Amino acid sequence: MRLLPTLIGATSAVALCVAAQAETITIATVNNGDMIRMQSLADDFTSKHPDIQIEWVTLEENVLRQRVTTDIATKGGQYDVMTIGTYEVPIWARQGWLVPLDDLGDDYDVDDLLPAIRNGLSVDGKLYAAPFYGESSMVMYRKDLFEKAGLEMPEEPTWEFIGEAARKLTDKSNEIYGICLRGKAGWGENMALLTAMANSFGARWFDMDWNPQFDSQQWKDTLNFYLDLMKDAGPPGASSNGFNENLALFQSGKCGMWIDATVAASFVTNPNDSQVADQVGFALAPDNGLGKRGNWLWAWALGIPAGSEKVDSAKAFIAWATSKDYLQLVADKEGWANVPPGTRTSLYENPDYQKAAPFAAMTLRSIEAADPDNPTVDEVPYTGVQFVAIPEFQGIGTAVGQQFSAALAGTVTADQALATAQQVTSREMRRAGYPK
Amino acid sequence: MARAIPTRQKIVMSVIAWAIAFLIFFPILWTILTSFKTEAEAVATPPSFLFFDWTLENYVTVQERSNYFRHFMNSVIISLGSTVAGLVIAIPAAWSMAFVPAKRTKDILMWMLSTKMLPAVGVLIPIYLIFRDTGLLDTRLGLVIVLTMINLPIIVWMLFTYFREIPGDILEAARMDGATLRSEILYVLVPMAVPGIASTLLLNIILAWNEAFWTLNLTAARSAPLTAFIASYSSPEGLFYAKLSAASTMAIAPILILGWFSQKQLVRGLTFGAVK
Repeated sequence: MRLLPTLIGATSAVALCVAAQAETITIATVNNGDMIRMQSLADDFTSKHPDIQIEWVTLEENVLRQRVTTDIATKGGQYDVMTIGTYEVPIWARQGWLVPLDDLGDDYDVDDLLPAIRNGLSVDGKLYAAPFYGESSMVMYRKDLFEKAGLEMPEEPTWEFIGEAARKLTDKSNEIYGICLRGKAGWGENMALLTAMANSFGARWFDMDWNPQFDSQQWKDTLNFYLDLMKDAGPPGASSNGFNENLALFQSGKCGMWIDATVAASFVTNPNDSQVADQVGFALAPDNGLGKRGNWLWAWALGIPAGSEKVDSAKAFIAWATSKDYLQLVADKEGWANVPPGTRTSLYENPDYQKAAPFAAMTLRSIEAADPDNPTVDEVPYTGVQFVAIPEFQGIGTAVGQQFSAALAGTVTADQALATAQQVTSREMRRAGYPK
Repeated sequence: MARAIPTRQKIVMSVIAWAIAFLIFFPILWTILTSFKTEAEAVATPPSFLFFDWTLENYVTVQERSNYFRHFMNSVIISLGSTVAGLVIAIPAAWSMAFVPAKRTKDILMWMLSTKMLPAVGVLIPIYLIFRDTGLLDTRLGLVIVLTMINLPIIVWMLFTYFREIPGDILEAARMDGATLRSEILYVLVPMAVPGIASTLLLNIILAWNEAFWTLNLTAARSAPLTAFIASYSSPEGLFYAKLSAASTMAIAPILILGWFSQKQLVRGLTFGAVK
């Protein structure tokens, strides 16, 4: 009987045909609200590209970073699209690990991308990852508490004003704290805030010869100001507070002000989650009159590892997910307030968006106020606003963050923390072959 | 004869035991409770313990967003596979160490245990490269191999402790009756050591189920087990604690139930040989 082998042969042939037609791309992404929305809308992409299927790998930010770094450094080839940030892109692009994205199609309109964000994701003028959403940091404050205290928040506050206002707003007996700031140790946690803050105090991580600068007066002023402010007007246990902890405090009405990522604006103004949704005002991150504000710049972007064998399909996906049409798609399905912010100029010119997102103008101004190429008052040899775009920074940043967090917890003094930070950074930089 | 313990002392001891048990179980209980809250209630201060609007919304969302069953099956295959493979290697190894010890048997046992002292991340890149070149990345077979290797020292040690308690004379008698080595181990030793083997098996399944370094680092989309399922709900930028709790509850439920039903075996196995 020859029927069985024939059947098996025919079935295998059909299976092979289907496999040859449909190409599966694997996309690694973080578990943030905008990315989850992208997954739920991916049917739109697959209906336009029936020959491409998608497999998602969603992981927590730190796990994802470790995972994709291992894969790209070893050319493991597990992913075709990776979600990476403005920290990784310049380092990886220089290593030749990323595919340049200079041909995302005629109607992609690359010039519409916000210049600050585009610069942060480009090396030598070439785009290496397309921004999915961008953020800066700004002041979020309680309009009702300000009014009660007879204070008025300027659009461009100084650190001095923030300090005075925070102390005036604080009412510890009623669990109202003038200001909530990050204290949890980590290069992307307290060091994002403190590095950006230090920029506005005239401090910098390294001088032009890559010598660490924690022994400078500017760093001393930054840390002392932060510690005094948090001691007088911060919530208890602030040394373990990160974005989420402060978000929970602010939403439950316990913070007068909160300086953090602009993406928080959509959370704190959402009446489903926030008890103070209709009382939130926004202002630019503070400065000290030195020409630099204390706000950072970050973008989650989609890039293609050089080891991928499905570059064309990956590019098609990236062009879809970061296009103007995608913003329109989200707006149609979930409303303009839920559109991923901070990537395209045209979005901020859109009257529907301006109406739906009261924080839009301040987000745009904050992003525009950050300059990753010239982040500090004095000249520096590195790029990056709240980080230093060198591979060693993750380790050094976290070690320094632990010192500053300990100072906030009161287990070491500010001087001790700065001295240890200087020592640790000098040692690690020497080991890595700096100063150059 | 057992010494009589006064009733009052018994009560006090019971209360202390329950208090300690509650303290240990509390984080799990809190996770389960949080999974039935809304996101706003999950972060409310002061938190409500029982009196909140119970909702299944998080479970529905998690179900919609992720393929729980695929992760669950991967977890089952990886933990069972690595445990069975581990036992197949460890039973003969423990037999030889317990019944025909050589001069260096003790040293070998200690050396095996010393491999557990190396931080896993130290060998991540070499293992990753080997897996890449052998096509084992993101495969269940790859994870079975790695988890077998990782848990082997513990399995050998546990089995060695049980086997040592079995009189060697019985095995010798079997040998006198003409049993081959294979039948000696399979038909004489194993049946006598069933309680020990069972508790080793259970403990190893639990260890493999909860292993979260290699299972996260060597998988992508196809072979990711429940540890990756949980990691996909944790977010440093957004309050999704209720959804994360629902995902965690779904991930730990199978192993919790298994542990509950086999607690007698587990306790007996873990305290075996402790009192002489």
